[in-house]
Formats: sequence, C-alpha cells, structure tokens
Amino acid sequence: MNALIAGVHEFPERKTVRSALEIQALSARAALDEAGLTPRDVDGYFTVAGSGGTGPLPILDYLNLNPRYIDGTSVGGASFVVHTHHAAAAITQGRCRVALVTYGSTARSSGIPVGTRERIAGDYLDQFEGIYGTSTVGLYAMVAQRHMHEYETTEAQLAQIAVACRRHAGLNPAALYRDPITVKDVLTSPVISTPLHLLDCCVITDGGGAVVLVHPDLARNLPKPGIRILGAAEAVAHTSAGRRDYLVSAAAQTAPRAFGEAGVSHGDVDMAMIYDSFTITVLMTLEDLGFCKKGEGGRFVEDGRLELGGELPINTDGGGLSSNHPGMRGIFLIIEAVRQLRGECGPRQVKNCRLALVHGTGGALGSRHSGATLILGRG
Amino acid sequence: MAEYAKPLPDITPESRPFWEGCRRREFLIQRCRGCGEFQHYPRGVCARCWSSDLEWLKSAGRGRVYTFTVTHRTQARGFKDETPYVLAYVELEEGVQVLGNVVGGDPARVAVGMPVRVTFEDVTSDVTLPRFEPA
Repeated sequence: MNALIAGVHEFPERKTVRSALEIQALSARAALDEAGLTPRDVDGYFTVAGSGGTGPLPILDYLNLNPRYIDGTSVGGASFVVHTHHAAAAITQGRCRVALVTYGSTARSSGIPVGTRERIAGDYLDQFEGIYGTSTVGLYAMVAQRHMHEYETTEAQLAQIAVACRRHAGLNPAALYRDPITVKDVLTSPVISTPLHLLDCCVITDGGGAVVLVHPDLARNLPKPGIRILGAAEAVAHTSAGRRDYLVSAAAQTAPRAFGEAGVSHGDVDMAMIYDSFTITVLMTLEDLGFCKKGEGGRFVEDGRLELGGELPINTDGGGLSSNHPGMRGIFLIIEAVRQLRGECGPRQVKNCRLALVHGTGGALGSRHSGATLILGRG
Repeated sequence: MAEYAKPLPDITPESRPFWEGCRRREFLIQRCRGCGEFQHYPRGVCARCWSSDLEWLKSAGRGRVYTFTVTHRTQARGFKDETPYVLAYVELEEGVQVLGNVVGGDPARVAVGMPVRVTFEDVTSDVTLPRFEPA
C-alpha cells in the first residue's frame, strides 16, 4: 500500500483525570508533532464509535476538524488495526493524504469491570447469550478449556505468556505492572473463570493514543523514518449458526492474505505485537497466524521463545497483560511496532528490527470476534 | 417466587416461539424448509441460504458439553452470589451448539464431552429459561 506511518503517540498515564476526548486530542497533537505536521494538514479521521454510536463526530467536534474522509469502524480492540488498514487504503486511493487514527478511554477511573461484567450489547443476541452470566473472560476461558481438552495444553504453558509480557513491562517505565512474575505466581493468582487466573487477564487502565499516516509524497519532510505497511488483512469469526470450531480464530483468515500481500514469510518477522486480552488469545493467534501448527501453541510459547532474545519476541511494551489495556488495545500494537522498527525502544529494543507483525483481536474468541493483521517494515 | 435479579430475555415476535416452547418445556430449534439446515440461535432467516421459510422442531434435548468454564469471580448482574457457576456450550444431537448454564451437579465434575440434557426453570411468572443438567 502506498502510505507511511509518520507519527505515533501513546498517552503516558495509566490513570488520569482527563476525559477520553482530551486523551485523544493530546495524543493526536503529539503524533502530528512527531510527523512534523499540523492539525490543518489532517484530511482523514478514523476512530471507534463511542457510547453515542456516532463514530468520529464527538472528537471531530472537540478538535474542530472537517476531514474529507471518515471511518468509525467499531469491531472491538482490533478496531485501530482495521483503521490503519483502511487509512492506508484511502491514502493509496487518493481519498485523503494525512490520516489520524485516535483512541481514548477512561475505563479504569470510571471503574468499568471490562472483563467480568455481563456481556450485554442491547441487541437481539443478548437473550441467547448475555443472560447466563456470560462475561468476556468467560467466553475466552471456554476457548482455553477446549484447547486444553483437544491438545493437552496446560495452564502453566498459558502462564508463560503472562511471564514474558511482564518481563518486557519491567523494561518499559510507562507499564502499569513492572515487577517480575513467575509461572507459579500466575497459577496461584485467583481463578477468575476456569482455566484462566487473574494473571492470565489483561489489566484495566485509562489511556489512548494516536497514529498518523501520510502519502509517500510527504515523506521527504518527515522528521522520523516513515514505516511502510507491507501487508494488511481483516476478518471476522462468529457463532456460525451454531456450528463453530472455536479453536480456529479470524487470524487463520488474515494471515495468508497479509503475508501474501507483503511477500514475506514467518521467518522474516523480527517481532510481533499480538493482542493479549488474555493469555489464550496470544496462544490461539500464534497458531492461527501460522507461527506454529494448530495445537502446538502450548509448546511454542515455552522456553522463552516469546521473550526479548528469543526466536519471536512479542509485546515488548508489556502488552495488555502488564502495561496498558483501557478496554481496547489495538492502537498500542501499532505504536510499539513502529517504535521497534525505528529503533527507539532502548532497553527493550529488538536488535536490528526490520519487520514487525501486528495482530489485533476484538470482541470475544468464544462468540464472535474481529481479527486484523498488519505487516510493517522500515521505509 | 423470589425476585429474579439477573438479566431476562427481551422477547420479541422473532424469538417468541422459542421462549413459548421453553414455557411448555420444549427446546425448539429452527430448520430451513428450503435447504434443510438446523440452526440455533433462532432468527428471522436461514443462516445458510437466507430463506425466511423456517420451521420450529422440538429438539430431543440431549447433547454433550462442547466446552465450559466455571466462573469464580464475576461482576455479571445477579450472578455474584451464584459463584461458582458453569457456563457452557452444549452441542445438541441435532448438531447445533447452545450457550447456557449447566446446573444440578458439582461444577468441578463438569467436563468436555459430558452428556447433558435440557431442563427448564421458571424464573418469573412469564419467563422459563433452558438449563442443562448431567444426563
């Protein structure tokens, strides 16, 4: 695609007195500043639908912007990965030249129990799902349970994913939790919904961020090296009329398309940002992306393979499991991957990082979810 | 009957036959008269061919646990005092998966593949919910 990521910003606080709109405004200003651009340059805008369901309208009002291209795609935590795909496509088609993707949330200070509250959306499906004490963590837990049954995956293997993310969080001053943890710590943390323990679950924070994409014509004026979008794909998986194989996620659809478009293979990937709402999300995604065979994820995540210095370092910022998850996390996957490709990550830098994979998962693996993959490379 | 503090189904004309079936202690599943496919949850069109020509058939009410979770900590409305409770997908003999609660046994004994049968609980004077219990 003919577009570059020119600026990124992750809002640094994990608990804030600011509004979700101010978080986005401050993040957008910082990301534009990093790209050497001004608010007047923005002609494309991408964000999720807020509680009012009107997509970008409130933030466009707040920022006093009148872009010529807007997108309010809302498919859960993967939304911002989808937005980045759509923004790159819009720039490639000449529909806009400078696109902003933003996110802001005050889930923590608002006391929203994101994972454990009943999953009721206010639509027709609630009467068949949400009335049974069905929570987000419960729906992911059922996938983990089935995976353990089918492939003898263990709780200790899932815990390795949390341990890897926490080790990386220790190298990120902005991460919410930074003290190292062990597999035993995960397994002795309270059971939330079997087989998932507290430390298998992502944190709840306030936060947000912004990503700026530009047409390559603007690249020569950029202060930072532009990051290319080599491949992009999105997909959904759902209850399939009651005939679903819940051990296959949307990543199985996106991976061949994203790798095919990029013309690269798994061995070329230097680091990956894998949506980690729960440890099982990572294990399933790694299998479905094709980094290992279906059913072998448990063994794949052992022996430090996912840690810095390992074969496939993931979630070098500490992930949603230890750093930042204000309800949706997709934008942080992109921000960290871009910083890794620029070589800006200091003690958590992946050496000679040239190719990064981002995969977002939104919704619930155990009912319906979106999956979106980006393959990013140095300009 | 004690007041039911959990969310209740918002029954509409589209779903009323299913919920009236539960009142009669029948678990109804839809079959498309066009392509013959069963489906659950019930809906206004066949999920395979989008025909509206659907019939309601009584399920034998037997199935196996496809997967489950025992919830120990929850903020779900009305469920805090119910922990631990079992949420499961049950695969009916007719081939469709149904989300629901497995009741009437020790949650720690629920397992993938366990045979279950549908049972019903009148939770209000108007609403009967399907449940599953060990068969």
